[in-house]
Amino acid sequence: MFDVKCDVAVIGGGPAGLSAAMAAKESGAKNVMILERDKSMGGILQQCIHPGFGLAYFNEELTGPEYASRFFEKDKSLGVSFVPNTMVLNMEKNGTLICSNGEKGMMAVHAKSVVLAMGCRERTRAQIQIPGTRPAGIYTAGTAQRLINRQNEMVGKRIVILGSGDIGMIMARRLTLEGSKVVAVVEIMDYLAGLTRNKVQCLEDFSIPLYMSHTVTRIVGNNRVEGVYIAEVDEHMQSKKESEVFVECDTLLLSVGLIPENELTKAAEIAINPVTNGPEVNQYQQTSVESFFACGNVVHVNDLVDHVSMESEIAGTYAAKYALGQIEPEEGFVGCTPGANVRYICPQKIRLDAERKPVTLFFRAVRPQKNVRIIASCNGSTIYEKKAFKVNPGEMEKVTVDVAGFTDGQQLTIRIEEAV
Amino acid sequence: MKADVLVIGAGAVGCSIARELTRYNLNVIVVDKNPDVGGLASKSNSAIIHTGYDASPGTLESELVVAANPMYDKIASELDVPFSRVGAILPAITDEQFELLPTLKEKAFKNRVYDIEYLTKEKVLEMEPNMTPEVRGALYIPRESIIDPFLLVVGYAENAVANGAQFLLNTEVTGIEIKDGRITGANTTKGFIEAKFIVNAAGLFCDQIASFVKKNDFFVNPRRGQFYILDKNTNCKTNHIILPIPTKLTKGKLMCPTTHGNMLIGPTAEDLEDKLDASTTKEGLQSIVADVKKMIPCVNMKDTITQFAGLRPNRNPEGLHIDAYDDVPNFVNISGVRSTGVTGSAAIGKYVIRLLQTMGMDAKPNLSFNPVRKSIPCFHEMDIHQKEEIIREDKLYAHVVCRCETITEGEIVRAIHSPIPAKTVDAIKRRLRAGMGRCQGGFCGPKVIEIIARELGIPQEAVVKDRIGSNMLEGKAK
Ligand SMILES: Cc1cc2nc3c(=O)[nH]c(=O)nc-3n(C[C@H](O)[C@H](O)[C@H](O)COP(=O)(O)OP(=O)(O)OC[C@H]3O[C@@H](n4cnc5c(N)ncnc54)[C@H](O)[C@@H]3O)c2cc1C
Ligand SMILES: Cc1cc2nc3c(=O)[nH]c(=O)nc-3n(C[C@H](O)[C@H](O)[C@H](O)COP(=O)(O)OP(=O)(O)OC[C@H]3O[C@@H](n4cnc5c(N)ncnc54)[C@H](O)[C@@H]3O)c2cc1C
Repeated sequence: MFDVKCDVAVIGGGPAGLSAAMAAKESGAKNVMILERDKSMGGILQQCIHPGFGLAYFNEELTGPEYASRFFEKDKSLGVSFVPNTMVLNMEKNGTLICSNGEKGMMAVHAKSVVLAMGCRERTRAQIQIPGTRPAGIYTAGTAQRLINRQNEMVGKRIVILGSGDIGMIMARRLTLEGSKVVAVVEIMDYLAGLTRNKVQCLEDFSIPLYMSHTVTRIVGNNRVEGVYIAEVDEHMQSKKESEVFVECDTLLLSVGLIPENELTKAAEIAINPVTNGPEVNQYQQTSVESFFACGNVVHVNDLVDHVSMESEIAGTYAAKYALGQIEPEEGFVGCTPGANVRYICPQKIRLDAERKPVTLFFRAVRPQKNVRIIASCNGSTIYEKKAFKVNPGEMEKVTVDVAGFTDGQQLTIRIEEAV
Repeated sequence: MKADVLVIGAGAVGCSIARELTRYNLNVIVVDKNPDVGGLASKSNSAIIHTGYDASPGTLESELVVAANPMYDKIASELDVPFSRVGAILPAITDEQFELLPTLKEKAFKNRVYDIEYLTKEKVLEMEPNMTPEVRGALYIPRESIIDPFLLVVGYAENAVANGAQFLLNTEVTGIEIKDGRITGANTTKGFIEAKFIVNAAGLFCDQIASFVKKNDFFVNPRRGQFYILDKNTNCKTNHIILPIPTKLTKGKLMCPTTHGNMLIGPTAEDLEDKLDASTTKEGLQSIVADVKKMIPCVNMKDTITQFAGLRPNRNPEGLHIDAYDDVPNFVNISGVRSTGVTGSAAIGKYVIRLLQTMGMDAKPNLSFNPVRKSIPCFHEMDIHQKEEIIREDKLYAHVVCRCETITEGEIVRAIHSPIPAKTVDAIKRRLRAGMGRCQGGFCGPKVIEIIARELGIPQEAVVKDRIGSNMLEGKAK
């Protein structure tokens, strides 16, 4: 078997992996390699040919491929080694990665530290339980996006989209521009799953109807989709039979959420958070197995790639420090627990050591709320507070807290309250 | 085109018959209206190789199922089909069920299934930690087994091809010609096929074929069965096939492992009229979870990764029939292979050969018959050295296409060029499980379409999911 050694091995060449590799190099790691299954780097961004990336990070609006290529070029100039056509099949706790590589065959990579940046996968029909037949013409929105933008193939002419996730809304616009008719976007909740800006730019600007508190109850068609039944749901998410209507279509796109891709992580016995479905990390993006770091959608599903880049730089920096033996000795931990109307906080832990730099915490609301106060407290005393006009589960929030005064065993909480 | 024997239907039954026929020097043709072998019922079922313990004693079905079960160790190894003798447990939970145990055991003995034993509550819970603590005792049937039913059919078919049979897929039989009291052949959508004998193994549609020779004394309706498949990673697993004790009203829903490490729960039993209605329903799916929970309480809808339905060919009047007729002396009519046909297929094959011989089929042994068929080497089951070796031999094995099941381009390309070529997305899926994992083809789907189009030299829009008309794509983007 082909053996290689390196300081930092990054699994996945999407925006998370590219940023992590850049930061690892800049932090002094000599040998940094990105292992990517695809033939090229860029991850999901390769199929996101729409603008909307980089507003926060570069202060300009880029397409997905443009955004990725900025990091790719930077990595190239820093001397990151790219290893495409390489699937990591197994990951051992000691940092050995077993891969299959298009040219070299089986390959073992021995790394001092590893960055997990494998991204996520889309939820499918079965996970949301739609009964009916199993014809051709049912796609996840991301698959349809890949087919159109990378393979130049259309999925259908008359389309129903289930779920108001960002990819679904972006595809509603894309398919309309390609000449297809998007008959309806259907969302089971009474609030949007994705960004409000996508609702405006992708649906309203194209007069695509959005039905809130509705769902697809049945799929019809033996060979190709012939239509779906759509019904309104009650407050318990149960469809109201009397409201069921048949909608003719040849394609059903599902935009019903993403799940972090953590098969490798689980195999290496790294602790997984049941809410995010990603590895638990501290503010250095370090997982429960100390030589493994994680960033991007593999940790928690992000809606903005800019956030991904920021957290990935942290992962890369500390993976390099770990490889170089530069991480300060641990002085304890503070746990982060979600409070009222907060679904999860990332990182889940704050590691206390000599650094004591301010920590940015990302979190999501459980349900939409208007006129709120966001309060972070540590062992009961408020350490941060801000007002916000509204919070939405579809839009990630963040706060930065000072950790200088924290001591081992304390608990940090973030809660969202009505502003008075 | 000319056949000594023309078999209609490439399900488990038709393909087993075809393989048995190639043990003789005969010109064998199998036709099926679908683009792939695998039949209709044969690819959507519980995948259990039954012992026949609960058949109606004395019936043809009992005889054939009981005879078939022991054949599978050999068949599975010859045809390289995933098969495992996991055994079944029938838990008695209610008083009524507990009292039924002796009757069930007696029935098993009448069917000559003698290896069946009682289990105490403690023993059941030791063998199945996820069983409800309310269980009072159980019956244990060690030879109840699981198989990959689809690969069984592919195995039969590919072995038949290797031994000289010919498969005409996408070919529907539309009529049967009779001259001077004998069948001369069948009309199909691909033209007339001359045949000395015709075997009707058309499953759900066997009544239609039978009516072509005016045998109208029965009809077949679909009895639908819906299922859920659970994720491999679920903690809610069982080691054995957990069969409910049949009550007077229903045979009930079971839970069992599949040969690929998932769990299967179901099926429902709903009598329908529409032979195309293999759809799942909310009510049906909910009833599966509710019923199986009574035995295995940890079953949870959240762990399901897919759902499907199969249609049992329910004969009216009931029962498995294999008939020959005076007035159409070269026709074998198989009907009513309802709930045990995957199991029965091995014995039905042999039975039909004997029947054809008594009907005057001139059969000399095929001395070059080779019973062995090899599957496509499966990358994810290999150790690291085997992986290195196969990649050295075939570079495409280094390219993982389906990440959930770790299936490589090498395997997909081999499936497309195998003796029964896999030309559709579902054909690939069933042979290799590409697209059967957690993401259900979300990630590998587009790549599989690309590879099929490239290997067959057709545009991507021409690639179908399963049947004609199930095209995956609409055409080029602007
Ligand atoms: C369809 C879609 C549309 C989006 N649109 C927008 C938008 O308009 N604006 C915006 O700001 N954000 C958008 N986002 C969000 C943003 O793009 C993602 O958050 C970002 O791409 C996540 O980056 P990542 O590197 O974590 O994951 P990915 O981009 O998914 O990269 C993961 C990489 O890891 C590789 N990989 C996985 N497993 C292995 C393995 N075992 N071995 C080797 N390689 C492996 C994959 O091939 C992939 O290249 C969108 C996301 C999606 C999915
Ligand atoms: C829900 C369910 C659970 C089951 N569980 C089990 C189990 O655990 N164990 C077990 O042993 N059995 C089980 N069975 C039963 C088993 O699946 C069937 O008995 C068996 O598959 C029947 O096989 P077949 O070859 O007769 O029919 P099929 O597989 O249906 O094949 C018939 C073929 O004939 C073709 N055909 C029809 N008409 C024409 C025509 N005019 N021209 C050309 N071709 C034609 C069809 O396309 C089809 O391919 C189950 C069945 C169901 C539905």
